[in-house]
Amino acid sequence: MTGEQIIFLLVALFTLGSGLMVVTTGNLIHAALWLVSTLFGVAVVFAILNAGFLAVVQVVVYIGAIAILFIFAVMLTRKDMRDQGPQVNKNWWIGALLSVLTFGGLYFLLQGWNGLSRTAADIPSGFDAVAELGTALVSPDAYVLPFEVASVLLVAALVGAVYVAFNRK
Amino acid sequence: MVPLSWYLILAAALFSIGLFGALSRRNAVAILLGIELMLNAVNINLAAFWRYGNVMDMAGQVFAIIVFAVAAAEVAVGLALVISVYRKRNTVIADEIDLMKF
Repeated sequence: MTGEQIIFLLVALFTLGSGLMVVTTGNLIHAALWLVSTLFGVAVVFAILNAGFLAVVQVVVYIGAIAILFIFAVMLTRKDMRDQGPQVNKNWWIGALLSVLTFGGLYFLLQGWNGLSRTAADIPSGFDAVAELGTALVSPDAYVLPFEVASVLLVAALVGAVYVAFNRK
Repeated sequence: MVPLSWYLILAAALFSIGLFGALSRRNAVAILLGIELMLNAVNINLAAFWRYGNVMDMAGQVFAIIVFAVAAAEVAVGLALVISVYRKRNTVIADEIDLMKF
């Protein structure tokens, strides 16, 4: 077992453990903070995958914006939600069964796929992934249309969020 | 070198954890937390397939960025809905938001 594999296993255990805490802990502020550590674990996985830009965006957008938004929402809506009564609904065991079945099914499908043992080719020397990504995002024969659609979606979500949450007196 | 299967199993496990959270939590904000976990699992898969496929083809990373944008939009609108419902009904428990339940 190489050092990279040990690092990956540690990061994966950290990520999955924090993820389990997100869905099981009673205090929602703690759940949001565990989400931060899960997202950080995923950012480290991106870094192991040589996707540096994704790792940075994960930290900036997910941890810096989305997780903080969650914490704000929890603080605005908690009142007496703090851990009184069960945190899971009465059909929680169906959800647990479905997620175990989903994992089992995905695992079974992966076993039957012959590309699993594939190893990554070395990154060619002089290959700049960030520059390639930037070019791909704005090049007309690549992904400029999905990029623009994503920006329209963000504007629509911004306007929609302001409209929905606006407090009409 | 880490085999591709490890990333896929990590992503499948994270997705299942998020699915459990989305299906079984009572608090609407906690349901959104579960959905975030599922979106992150998808992103791990996209980045892993980019790295283990043709590195010159940036499709995997581009779609991961689209997923980032969609997640940001989803969480903004979702939390706005939760706050709006909390203002009107004074609850964020998903079971009690049953106005349209048949």
